[in-house]
Amino acid sequence: MGKRDLLRGNEVIAEAAIRAGCQCYFAYPITPQAELLEHMARNMPRLGRTFVQAESEIAAVSMVYGAAAAGVRTMTSSSSPGISLKQEGISYLAGSNLPAVIVNVVRGGPGLGDIAPSQCDYFQATKGGGHGDYHMIVLAPSTVPEAGELTMLAFELADRYRTPVMILTDGLLGQMMEPVELPEPIDPASIPAKPWATTGASGRDPNIILSFDLDPEVLRQMNLDLQAKYRRIEEAELRYEETMTEDADLVIAAHGTMARIAETVVRRAREEGLKVGLFRPITVWPFPYEPLRELSSHVSTVLTVEMSAGQMWEDVRLAVAERAATPFYGEMGGIVPTPRDILSEVRKHAG
Amino acid sequence: MERSVVIAGFGGQGVILAGKILAQAGMDHGLEVTWLPSYGPEMRGGTANCTVVTSDSPVGSPIVDEPSALVAMNRPSLDKFAALVVAGGTILVNSSLIEAPIERSDVRVVSVPLNALAAKIGNARTINMIALGALIKATAIVPLETLKRTMEKAFEDSGKAKLVAVNIQAIEEGYNAA
Amino acid sequence: MQVETADMVKVFSRPQSLTAAKSTYCPGCHHGILTRIIGKTIDELGIAERTVCIAPVGCSVFAYNWYRCDAIQAAHGRASAVATGVKRADPNLIVFAYQGDGDFASIGTAESIHAANRGENITVIFVNNQVYGMTGGEMAPTSLVHQKTTTTPAGRDPAQVGYPIRFSEMIAQLDAPTYITRQALFDTRRILDTEEAIKKAFENQVNEKGYSLVEVLSTCPTNWRMSPIASNKHVADVVTEVFPLGDLVDRR
Repeated sequence: MGKRDLLRGNEVIAEAAIRAGCQCYFAYPITPQAELLEHMARNMPRLGRTFVQAESEIAAVSMVYGAAAAGVRTMTSSSSPGISLKQEGISYLAGSNLPAVIVNVVRGGPGLGDIAPSQCDYFQATKGGGHGDYHMIVLAPSTVPEAGELTMLAFELADRYRTPVMILTDGLLGQMMEPVELPEPIDPASIPAKPWATTGASGRDPNIILSFDLDPEVLRQMNLDLQAKYRRIEEAELRYEETMTEDADLVIAAHGTMARIAETVVRRAREEGLKVGLFRPITVWPFPYEPLRELSSHVSTVLTVEMSAGQMWEDVRLAVAERAATPFYGEMGGIVPTPRDILSEVRKHAG
Repeated sequence: MERSVVIAGFGGQGVILAGKILAQAGMDHGLEVTWLPSYGPEMRGGTANCTVVTSDSPVGSPIVDEPSALVAMNRPSLDKFAALVVAGGTILVNSSLIEAPIERSDVRVVSVPLNALAAKIGNARTINMIALGALIKATAIVPLETLKRTMEKAFEDSGKAKLVAVNIQAIEEGYNAA
Repeated sequence: MQVETADMVKVFSRPQSLTAAKSTYCPGCHHGILTRIIGKTIDELGIAERTVCIAPVGCSVFAYNWYRCDAIQAAHGRASAVATGVKRADPNLIVFAYQGDGDFASIGTAESIHAANRGENITVIFVNNQVYGMTGGEMAPTSLVHQKTTTTPAGRDPAQVGYPIRFSEMIAQLDAPTYITRQALFDTRRILDTEEAIKKAFENQVNEKGYSLVEVLSTCPTNWRMSPIASNKHVADVVTEVFPLGDLVDRR
């Protein structure tokens, strides 16, 4: 094992972005992701890279759009209300097939909400968020080290598929510290060539980056191409984790922070003799429908636990259909369900 | 074995730093750890708390509903968290500021006059390290030497090497008082 | 008709930096003249191979079609922020944002002001024709008092919707910008002045002098419901009274 440091989630995401070769970072301050912005402010200029504190979230994501078009690895980060403002730019990134990484350290909503942890932006992240038929790849880490690993992966996937990729986390993971062995910096030569980028039309025809065409036939084809890309992503990039599901009768479905809290619940439930397991989507888009469908035919109950009114629950029910009972337990407004809360829900439905 | 500590007090009592150093010491001792602050306006005045979990296997929930130990640096913290401590757990009470008796008989209560000891050392800001010294004596989460080494490095890394000696003294005072 | 070319000398041609694509602008509109001036400037400075055009939303949404250089079509109002992103990603690129009055001075207000305030080393061409051309002639932030538009059918009433915004003057209050000027295209002399200003604005970027803004008063015969000639006269006689021509900042 290499050297481990005790680091905050927000700092690990920032540092992983640097190690993934992020050249340009643009953002606007908001709690609870300020440490991410501050880490970039301290380190990007020192490395000869770009840090700009933008005038707004909209400007920040537009700068990302420009930097991505120019062919460099680029990122912005924010928390819920700020991510709402970025939806315009995210839709443009998706429509223009531009690679970029967006971090959402989710807080309680709607409106200004609060600054406590929440998972209330699941719909926004996984179902489009902005206008038009599009998706982002959405990665939901549940530990601080995983936040770093998935940030590295996010840049790789963004380039591979020319698509925006979101790290969907929350204030709890952003603020907490855990021992982390930081990932090794990538070899810049491993970043794929971007012959499509606006790097200057020298010795080639001009490259044009756009997300529109006024001819419906052409725009239809652009949409079909996007959808074909999404099918490829669904085929190749599903990521999920199962814990103690082999003999489980009840499976908790949870992502991100909620999933790691649920791990403690699984342990306690097992101590009580309850056959409980955990299903954790790591990609919440694409959602692992098939693996959950398969799992649900061997269990009696899939209990969804979220810090929301039941957003991922919709995907769980789509996957499970009628194969198992699909109760839900959630908290909103920044309240984090404790292991004890969840365990009492488990007891209601188990056995 | 998983152990969890809630450290709580007024903003300015060094609660957040105490938690970080405890977590770092746990890590230096080879344990898995998580450190979770209460964040937001509480950082700037008001009450503050943080939670440290240490374990010899990966930590699940960083949110703790049954802490195995509570460090209550002031009365509101005791009122807020005392009932959560697991039966058989430990409550470290700052007896300089808390006169009320503890209602529970199923926990171990360790009373240490943090402010009085800090006054004796001559540095009021050392109460957090006195508390940590007392905590590890009562709970043995990490050895005394590990805690001292971790604290020393943390202060040196943040450019406060000149405060190391007084904080070593604070940790020892706390350790001996518990 | 056959023309004998043996003794003829070519004195005028399409700039190399412009494509052969047919213009989508209306007859009499100044966008065409301006496009040609920019193309000529890019030729003269020899920068086509490292130029990136940021096209806005509005009549010039197709700007990427006219230039033989790389281009990005930006969200409405965000061209100056997108230009910032490109320029920061690769400072060797010559980046120009081409924006109309709605794009630059209304929906893009924040992005426009802050790119200028950071002194981004970019060139912004701001086309002010006092109307939303593409969507059908609605009021622009620059529409004149009493100007009839489809959203001010009785004329722009300052008591209800305020006065035409002099955006270049606003930006001229900032410390960072290098060059801010307002030009027009209603006669030959002004076209030559505009050529000079645009060249200066691109040269500033090539020489890493910082932010340059050229506001160009333009016509919209279609939505003004005037002939091209009457439109030119309107700019000369009326519009320049509200938007005076000349340099506002020159700190090179």
